[in-house]
Amino acid sequence: MLSVELAYWQQTLLRTVGVLAAVLLPAGALVQLFLFKAVSFMQSRLGPMEAGPHGSLQLFAEVGKWIQKEDIVPDRADARLFKLAPYLVVGTVLLVYLAIPFGPDAVFADLEGGIFYALAASSVSVIGVLIAGWASANKYSLLGGLRAAGQLIAYELPLVLAVMGVVIQAGTLNLQRIVTAQADGSIFGFGAIGLPFAITQIVGFVVFLIAMQAELTQTPFDMPVAESELVTGFMTEYSGMRFLLFFIGEFAAVGALSAVAATLFLGGWYFPGLDHDANYMNVLGPIILLAKILLLSFVVFWVRFTYPRFREDQLQKFAWTVLIPISLLNIVGTMILKVAF
Amino acid sequence: MPQPKGIGLVKGLGVTLKEMGRTMFPRQGVMKLVPSPTQGAVTVQYPHEKEAPAPRARGVIALKEENCTVCMLCARSCPDWCIYIEGHKEKAPPRRAGGKPRTVSALDRFDIDYALCMYCGICVEVCPFDALFWSPEYEYSELRIADLLHDKERLGEWMETVPDFEPYEAGSEAKPRKVPR
Repeated sequence: MLSVELAYWQQTLLRTVGVLAAVLLPAGALVQLFLFKAVSFMQSRLGPMEAGPHGSLQLFAEVGKWIQKEDIVPDRADARLFKLAPYLVVGTVLLVYLAIPFGPDAVFADLEGGIFYALAASSVSVIGVLIAGWASANKYSLLGGLRAAGQLIAYELPLVLAVMGVVIQAGTLNLQRIVTAQADGSIFGFGAIGLPFAITQIVGFVVFLIAMQAELTQTPFDMPVAESELVTGFMTEYSGMRFLLFFIGEFAAVGALSAVAATLFLGGWYFPGLDHDANYMNVLGPIILLAKILLLSFVVFWVRFTYPRFREDQLQKFAWTVLIPISLLNIVGTMILKVAF
Repeated sequence: MPQPKGIGLVKGLGVTLKEMGRTMFPRQGVMKLVPSPTQGAVTVQYPHEKEAPAPRARGVIALKEENCTVCMLCARSCPDWCIYIEGHKEKAPPRRAGGKPRTVSALDRFDIDYALCMYCGICVEVCPFDALFWSPEYEYSELRIADLLHDKERLGEWMETVPDFEPYEAGSEAKPRKVPR
């Protein structure tokens, strides 16, 4: 427990810095490690090699480049909304991190309905995307924005329904207690590794991962930014700093949803064999969670670099006729087993 | 029996993962644990290292000025009209003493505009006097587009880079060609 009493503004300042670090560190690591390097290795090439040893400073070079660029707003665009949209998208990602626990005390806001809040906040980004698509006054942007809206709504359902199973099993909406429920659980009396819900909720886990891929508009679900048809969808008219914000938002969202998935299904900041009430977990916890985030995001990028894109109708059909029925069945099954045991 | 759906999806994931492993850990034995992607990647880091050009690579066209007779076949066959030739007739001393002076064609101008050239190689094919050759050199980009027009001196300099013709297959009865040096 913290022995220092901080004033409200000091706490707020610390939280703000903390959230920014929590968002930017994983997002930067994801882009550098996976988007720049892992994809290159998967295609038997080297990727960035010039900035720093083995291109390790490439990220800074890219950010420096984007910051220098001119901030262009198209003539016919709705300038105010156009400028607002990227902040909305990034802001929602920051809000998701607010509810994620990093250790027994290391949590920005210990909300009673934590998982409900996290999923609600993550789906606000669709409004930012729609605004960007509409305000750009560009047909590609508008199509991309509408596709994104349709897709995000379609895949929000299986995402939430997959989480239901975990909530039923843990008996709580609080993310912190979901973590401790997994740490304290046991598999038929064998409690050495706790009970990560990925084992009992394997169906929900897979559905969550697929829906997450779609929520993040990563290939094979990247119809909203399908570059061969729509340039880059809702981001077409953006340049410089505002494009960078969309970019950060996209990859920070990968980290955020991976963090939610790690918390729900892989035991969050807990690692088997450690004491989940001990004070040192406040330091170790974030590192463990970051490792789990990297693991899950690697799967996201791995899938992204392997599969080609869905067609728009296939994409909708897959959500409504496959994922949602499966996740509903999963909920029913979980409820029956919960009552039976 | 048709394969169950989804097997291909897993196979695809396997392909990308295996390729990543092969690129990151290309070495054998204990050294396999040390990642060295620079050895594993199939690509070449271009400005630092160069690939050897493929045989008969089409980089740039070289001109052997002495062989040119200003017949204009190349300029006429060029689909892009990117070859500009001007010449004049000259009197040359007779071959034998007491004979009439010969008339020879001399080249005033022979330019190829590489901003237009599409590297089809018809001019090289059509030249009956072995005056045009392919060279594998490709590093002649310019900051000004007008500088891509190579005059006959510049085209002549490329002659040094022209490789020898490859030997024909065994049993070929065609007369082997030689690059005039």
